[in-house]
Amino acid sequence: MATTALEHTHVAKRSTLVEWLTTVDHKKIGILYGASAFLFFLIGGIEALIIRAQLARPDSTLVSPEFYNQLFTMHGTTMIFLGVMPLSAMFFNFFIPLLIGARDVAFPRLNAMSLWVFMLGGLFMNASFLLNAAPNGGWFGYAPLSSRQYSPGLNMDFWVIGLQILGIASLAAGVNFFTTILNMRARGMTLMRMPMFVWTTLITQILVLLSFPAITVALIMLMADRTYGSSFFSIGGGGDPMLWQHLFWVFGHPEVYILILPAFGIISEILPVFSRKPLFGYSAMVFSSAFIAFLGFGVWSHHMFSTGMGPLADTFFSLATMLIAIPTGVKIFNWIGTLWGGSLQFKTPMLFALGFIAMFIIGGLSGVMHSVAPADLQQTDTYFVVAHFHYVLFGGSIFALTAGAYYWWPKMFGTMLSETIGKWHFWLMLAGFNLTFFPMHFAGLLGMPRRIYAYPAGLGFEMFNVMATAGAFLLAFSILVFMYNMWVSARRGVPAPADPWGGATLEWTIPSPPQEWNFTDEPVVAERDPVWGMKRAAGVRTLPEPTRSSGQGIHLPGPSWWPLVVSVGILIFFIGFMVKKSWAFPFGPITIAGFLLTAIGIFKWAYEAPDANAPKH
Amino acid sequence: MIRDLRTFSRRHLPLLLLAAAAVTLTGCFDHSLYPQSTLSPKGDYAEMVDSLFQTTVWYATVVFILVEGGLLWAIYKFRGKPDDAEPKQVHGSTTVEIIWTIIPALVLAVVAVPTVKTIFDTAKVPTASPDGSQPLKVEVIGHQWWWEFRYPELGITTANQLHVPIGRTVDLRMKTVDVLHSFWIPQFAGKRDVFPNRETRLWFTAKATGEYPGACAEFCGIQHGRMDFYVMVNTPEEFTAWVAQRQADSTLAPTGLPKAPAPAATDSVGVATVPVAADTAAPVVLAAADPKVAEGQALFSAKGCIGCHSLNSVGAPKGMLGPNLAGIGTRKMIAGGWLPNSDENLHRWIKTPQAVKEGVLMQVPEMTDAEVDALVAYLRTKQ
Repeated sequence: MATTALEHTHVAKRSTLVEWLTTVDHKKIGILYGASAFLFFLIGGIEALIIRAQLARPDSTLVSPEFYNQLFTMHGTTMIFLGVMPLSAMFFNFFIPLLIGARDVAFPRLNAMSLWVFMLGGLFMNASFLLNAAPNGGWFGYAPLSSRQYSPGLNMDFWVIGLQILGIASLAAGVNFFTTILNMRARGMTLMRMPMFVWTTLITQILVLLSFPAITVALIMLMADRTYGSSFFSIGGGGDPMLWQHLFWVFGHPEVYILILPAFGIISEILPVFSRKPLFGYSAMVFSSAFIAFLGFGVWSHHMFSTGMGPLADTFFSLATMLIAIPTGVKIFNWIGTLWGGSLQFKTPMLFALGFIAMFIIGGLSGVMHSVAPADLQQTDTYFVVAHFHYVLFGGSIFALTAGAYYWWPKMFGTMLSETIGKWHFWLMLAGFNLTFFPMHFAGLLGMPRRIYAYPAGLGFEMFNVMATAGAFLLAFSILVFMYNMWVSARRGVPAPADPWGGATLEWTIPSPPQEWNFTDEPVVAERDPVWGMKRAAGVRTLPEPTRSSGQGIHLPGPSWWPLVVSVGILIFFIGFMVKKSWAFPFGPITIAGFLLTAIGIFKWAYEAPDANAPKH
Repeated sequence: MIRDLRTFSRRHLPLLLLAAAAVTLTGCFDHSLYPQSTLSPKGDYAEMVDSLFQTTVWYATVVFILVEGGLLWAIYKFRGKPDDAEPKQVHGSTTVEIIWTIIPALVLAVVAVPTVKTIFDTAKVPTASPDGSQPLKVEVIGHQWWWEFRYPELGITTANQLHVPIGRTVDLRMKTVDVLHSFWIPQFAGKRDVFPNRETRLWFTAKATGEYPGACAEFCGIQHGRMDFYVMVNTPEEFTAWVAQRQADSTLAPTGLPKAPAPAATDSVGVATVPVAADTAAPVVLAAADPKVAEGQALFSAKGCIGCHSLNSVGAPKGMLGPNLAGIGTRKMIAGGWLPNSDENLHRWIKTPQAVKEGVLMQVPEMTDAEVDALVAYLRTKQ
């Protein structure tokens, strides 16, 4: 049936809860990704605040050493796997189909499964706090400390199994977006007409697909060592702790680019719009992204200079790492080139984008310092490194994700965020961020190691730590300002037009928020920045507000319970490996139950018609 | 006036910033306030690394000023109003893009040359000290959470406090008995990780006498934060005297009196699983001048301390679970190189190790304060 009550296009009588639990709509999934990732981000932030409170004074006893180790392990793990990655995934989910003119992703139910697996994996890992057994071996889980012998508790089981679960979510999403981008683009959108965010998303998925298998294998081996007494990493049985480091960083370094490439893409969308000028050197931006990703697989051992690999290996990884600075530099110069000669509009998304460039330059330069292997021997495992990667991951990724949040919020929710509060947010965050992390450069160079729960007085670390702690609380306050902005927007935000910023890409041609089918008429693309082309052809600065349609005749995949069922099955399957086994057979009843639930879910999913439960038109 | 200021700052701002950065990095630090600093090298290895780092910092500072300056300039210069006409639509410039690909490549090439040279220079363990003498071999063994040092040529063992002579290259061969650690004395050399299944090497030559703090730099479990140590750089004479003192440990009574005959009972505390043979075989002294010291000496055996801790620097058994305590009476720090070695701290450490260092592997039986005081008095005699 056709309906004009367009806010409620799911016609069947489903409660809101059921609707969200069974949704396969990429936009709802995106919002769920965003909401849960933001929640995890807040948890990770609270962990960071406790860490900073502990380090405010020398010889502090605010938290116990054991709890401190849990805090920094979970802070790192959370921010990487449950914060930045899924916040990027929020934008992939919501905006990749819109940017390429598609009505959904290639595999909508697989997309829902990615979400639920991620969410359950994140909850599972954080549930460890309730048992007072949060992971405590560092986000890198080095052997042999992570072995059963030196970490006998459940702590590292939560970590190994939690990461394994999250890896499934990432791999499924990787397959999905890779396929979506390659197969579902609007007519006329050739690869070299794709928006830059679509390019960096595509490259990110390639990185996920090639690097996650390495960590998956390593985690299976570690789980086998811990649960079945194998000896991949323990020397007792002939294993080698170095093997873990290589496997981990073969994943771990590409992971860095998995965290930053989506940010590059977001920035490359925002700068042109608020400079009113196309991206400078589009092709160079595409190829530099690809080159960065390619080189990203050849530099993993720069995380291991202090292991004494020998001068030849050090030289290779030193020089390879320096090479990455070249395409990264090209990106920064091209962004400045985009600004050059433009008519800059300092809206909040633009402020965060400019803040991103300014902060990322600092992180990039300290990164080059690390590539100088002998100097890195002094800097590695000190607060200098902590400063460096927060400049790229917070000053870089988080600033860019925040820019993206301000830029795309009106499209996602149909109301504007306040510009005034947004500007307060920006300046507070910029000040808090620099006050937190800039002094860490000095603390590190003056000899303060990382991951220490206390430092003695008299080594000169006091002042820098006080500054960092004060900055951290200022930073936390800026996040509260952001939350206030979201709350105000949700309560009484100004309704957003379809195209509030003068956008260049397809998402700005459809109503805010988009209707479930995104595009009533499938768009045809004839050039890069297609919407600017349309406006230029029509001789206007803003296209007329699009009308909402009835969506008659548009077929969308129907909601399904099976992705959620499969996700729960996967969670139970893995939990089975944690329970102390009192039987001879390696798999216990929990593992088998989880396996059966997963298998049944996949079977039912496979035989469920794609538009079962779909609203009829 | 304002225009003058603006012109002035436009012309000179980069220079001023550069100067400020230089002052920050080199001038305004009073290095004596930062004894663990990487920026005040006191040995040849660290000096090579520091000069390379300083070079990099200069290039980075120049690049920082140019790029951030360009960014700020663009933000200032091209600020627009909402109703401005559409700016010229430029899609790129191959020439410009080639230039800004090549320039960073050249800068990196300039940095790469000294980098590679320093990699090879620091990787080679010298076969002779700068003064021509034979390098001093030291075996470093990481433990959760303390450092053991062995001088194979001198036959002595110590823990958490490494003594080296000035001017003589120290040739470190390192391992761990448990998890990975990383050995780091910022003023002498970069970090080097230690592994259970292979030996790693590091070296340095100290150029100034004094006390230098070091730390474990690889996360190694609950007490990673309290795995520190000190390097004492002595004059050759002091070092010789220290070695002689360590070598004499097993022949001197606590008070410096000649040793009495060994007692019969050696295995009363049930620590048979620990290899204590060398210790128990060594002559143990009963005849101490101070009765409190004598009581402490008896308790050291009776309470089982001797099961894990050797008081002998010479012929100390390998595989001891606890740090060697030869010379503990005058060591700078206790409890893994971070707690000042006062009677009060030593008392607290022996009485309630878990309160001082949660998770530490040292097991102590219940003891009265008087007993602990006696142990402290005894350990104080170990000079």
